[in-house]
Amino acid sequence: MLTYTIRRLILAVPTLLFIALVIFLLLELAPGDPMAEMPLTIPPEVKEKMREALGLGQPWYVRFYLWLYQFFIVEPQYWIDGLFGTNFADGAQRIISFQSRSPVFNTIAERIPQTLWVVGMSYVVGVIIALPIGIISAVRQYSWFDNFGTFISMVGFSVPTFFTGVLLIVIFSVNLGWFPSIYDTTLKVNDWPSFVKQLKQMAMPVFVLALYNAAQISRFMRASMLDNLGQDYVRTARAKGMTEKVVVLKHVLRNSLIPVVTVIALGVPQVFGGAIITEQVFKVNGLGQLLIIAIHGNDVPMVLTLTFIFAVLIVVFNLIADILYGVLDPRIRYD
Amino acid sequence: MTETTQSQSTIPVRNQWWDVWDQFKTHRGAVIGGAFLIFITLFVLLGPYLWQVDAQKLDIRNKDMRPFYIGLFADVKWSWSRPLGTDHLGRDIMANLIQGGQISMAVGWTAMILSLFLGTLIGVLAGFFKRLDGILMRFTDLVLSLPLLPILLVMMLLFRDPLRAAFGPETGIFILIVSGIGITSWMHTARIVRGDILAIKEREFVLAARSIGTPPRRMITRHLLPNVMSPIMVSATLGLASAIITESALSFLGLGFPSDFPTWGKILFDSVDRMAAFPERVIWPGLCISLTVLSVNYIGDGLRDALDPRIRGL
Repeated sequence: MLTYTIRRLILAVPTLLFIALVIFLLLELAPGDPMAEMPLTIPPEVKEKMREALGLGQPWYVRFYLWLYQFFIVEPQYWIDGLFGTNFADGAQRIISFQSRSPVFNTIAERIPQTLWVVGMSYVVGVIIALPIGIISAVRQYSWFDNFGTFISMVGFSVPTFFTGVLLIVIFSVNLGWFPSIYDTTLKVNDWPSFVKQLKQMAMPVFVLALYNAAQISRFMRASMLDNLGQDYVRTARAKGMTEKVVVLKHVLRNSLIPVVTVIALGVPQVFGGAIITEQVFKVNGLGQLLIIAIHGNDVPMVLTLTFIFAVLIVVFNLIADILYGVLDPRIRYD
Repeated sequence: MTETTQSQSTIPVRNQWWDVWDQFKTHRGAVIGGAFLIFITLFVLLGPYLWQVDAQKLDIRNKDMRPFYIGLFADVKWSWSRPLGTDHLGRDIMANLIQGGQISMAVGWTAMILSLFLGTLIGVLAGFFKRLDGILMRFTDLVLSLPLLPILLVMMLLFRDPLRAAFGPETGIFILIVSGIGITSWMHTARIVRGDILAIKEREFVLAARSIGTPPRRMITRHLLPNVMSPIMVSATLGLASAIITESALSFLGLGFPSDFPTWGKILFDSVDRMAAFPERVIWPGLCISLTVLSVNYIGDGLRDALDPRIRGL
């Protein structure tokens, strides 16, 4: 298992390098010029100097190497410095955003809490809803509950999140006035009323994403339970005189959870991608919204860094899913 | 014994697809979904002939009309000549929904066909030719670990202007969106097709075909492709659904078609700012997208059951 993990980790390095190269070259084709917003009165030679100051003078492979160096060496150094008060970085050049002229990672660090709160919470809620629904649907196959659950999950992954979001805003925020339609990031939670307010503003975005996630996971849970319920060991357990509760919750559930756990792990990076739209609907200023703003503003370093972070998440969670599968299921050992 | 042979001889000649259709008919959701898909397709195709209102005509005097179902019960500006109301520039919403639907459906179908073509091509090549298998599947894994939505957004931004200059604003964006969705969604089809080809390749009829000297090209078109039709058809329905959603998501993020060129997603996006006063402008395009995707997903569900020989005939 350990050798497998190490081999996969080593294999992940060229994968990530290739992905970084693809994204970099794609952005290299960008017709947008970060100097386009500058006044026309600036003389051309000054403009050329400014371009060089932004690091645009060198050929692409030099800039790619520089970006890699900054991403993997300089930024972690700053991070460690910030944590322990050391001075590894020694004033080295960081990745600078074209738009705000501040380090990209500072902006990202500001945005991460909102995304993690809303997106992370919605994934947790989605999983918590999905598992019992999947279990009951499988145990009572073709009952009204199962049919209803099937319909709801079909709706859940057919209706796009931007429509569910807008619909919820129309119903609960415009007509009923229960929840605010805009997520207020400046809210500080320090007492009960502000906590209630935070819950209220999180309710709709979390519900939208949770419905979408629960729809997929509950289908997996149901299918996996149905696979296991037909197995011989279940009949043996029943023949031994165990109650139905023990059979379902102890024997079947544990075995059915193995594939579901990996599906849940695989879904985490997709959630970050899907959050781009939901954050836009509810005006949550998280990572997704940052990406959209950066794309519209031709902010190449920001787009590159953010997209690469999404790619790292995908690769890492693929790895976690594969390793989890091996750990949970003794029949699967990769050695 | 004689009885069984007699009863067999009275059964009319059928092929596999009749069985599939019989099984498909028993899936109620799939039948309703199919009916709705036909209805919405006819609605957007024949709509312009039945509802002859120019979707782009500005009519400032008649702006902000409400739909008839609100007008009948409340004292608002409405008219039977604009049954679903008009937007803030006086454009008829019904005509816009029809025109937007044409584009959304066209994008969905074309992108789905492109992604199926790419997926089947790569899947067949990887499954049939052992030398290509490793490299093509590593490539598929690489593409799968790309963050697709951000990359699609970046592509929209980068190639919008060159393509618009080359093919005109509408065709250019159409080509861009279709190829963008196509080349970011072929991977699952490729994996499924490769797996099935690998299994079928070992069967006796392929050996027989090879022993009479069938060249690889005809082997693929004659023997392998017809046998992987079922998974391809199921992933076609999934592809159509996800292509429609992706297109409307791009339009919703402001990186799709230009605003004088409506699609369902674009109409929804343009109406979000005023949805407090005019919720119907958000709900109708949203319903169109959701119901179309829902019906396509139900068709896919029914097809999967109908094409699975273990379920069929029970």
